[in-house]
Amino acid sequence: MDAVNIAELTGNIAVVGYGLAAIGPGIGVGLVVSKTIESIARQPELAGRLQVTMWLGIAFTEALALIGLATPFIFV
Amino acid sequence: MLSALSLFRAEDGEFSPPSIFEFYPEIVAFAGTPFAINRIMMIRLIVMVLLIVIFWLWTAKFNKAVKTGNVVPGRFQLLGELALNFVRKSIAHDQLGEKDGDRFLPLLTTIFFMVFGMNITGVIPFANIAGTSVIGIPLVLAGVAYVTFIYAGTKKHGIRFFKNSLFPSGVPKPFYILVTPIELLSTFILRPVTLALRLLMNMIAGHLLLVLCFSATQFFFFQADGLLSLFGVGTLLFGFAFTLFEILVSVLQAYVFTLLTTVYIQLALADEH
Repeated sequence: MDAVNIAELTGNIAVVGYGLAAIGPGIGVGLVVSKTIESIARQPELAGRLQVTMWLGIAFTEALALIGLATPFIFV
Repeated sequence: MLSALSLFRAEDGEFSPPSIFEFYPEIVAFAGTPFAINRIMMIRLIVMVLLIVIFWLWTAKFNKAVKTGNVVPGRFQLLGELALNFVRKSIAHDQLGEKDGDRFLPLLTTIFFMVFGMNITGVIPFANIAGTSVIGIPLVLAGVAYVTFIYAGTKKHGIRFFKNSLFPSGVPKPFYILVTPIELLSTFILRPVTLALRLLMNMIAGHLLLVLCFSATQFFFFQADGLLSLFGVGTLLFGFAFTLFEILVSVLQAYVFTLLTTVYIQLALADEH
């Protein structure tokens, strides 16, 4: 056994890539939802419109994570 | 061949995780022709027929109710009224206003119910794969949305639509070097790409999660020995929870896809950017 080879990892590096790609959108979606909750607490009568905007914000942010999920299929 | 390979490995007593080949099932009919049909294509055709039948029945009910002056809807008719009104009132009218909302309503209704119908087969027993989990349908729908918002913009503003969206007003002239490429990328390239990818990737990830949970359950119950098989209870519960989550996701993706199409049309119709 090779002395230098202490720990050997097998698998696809794309898995690590997706893990990295999920960090940003995770924080982003959390921010969007937390700010929406804050605003609804301030002005409950605007809840309906704020929720629509929240879904839009989530959809835009989440797209980044999904692009991260798609790239290994395309470039590997 | 690949399914045979995974079967062989499963018999070997080794856990085989789901792979991307889940989405390339065997061809069941018309092999070798351009009209080859596999399981996913068959599910799409069945969903299409079901949607047409349901909408035909709803229309018949609505017509009958109008003709006889019957104002108390039955359960089936009420479901139709709620679903169609949801798209009309809380998506189209909210974003576009009554006039433009009704103009684009047929398209928005079609997109909503098509995406929902194709998504929900992902959790229906014996179908178990979403019709939208292969790029075809998301690509077509994103293409339709793309053409529609460009049509809406050019119909209202003519060639000024492109000028408005590429050179937004209120920006100092030198900054156009920076702004215009970004606007070109985000408006005319990334919008349709993200529309298609969002739907497709949500469905792929959901299906892979469900397959992982249930194949792990099968592995723990029937192939693992001793105390290890207790893990199967956990994975089964996770699978059940994710099934409920997938129902939520399929409604949500239909809503988000329709809402984004509406917002893109609204941005194209807006007077000044």
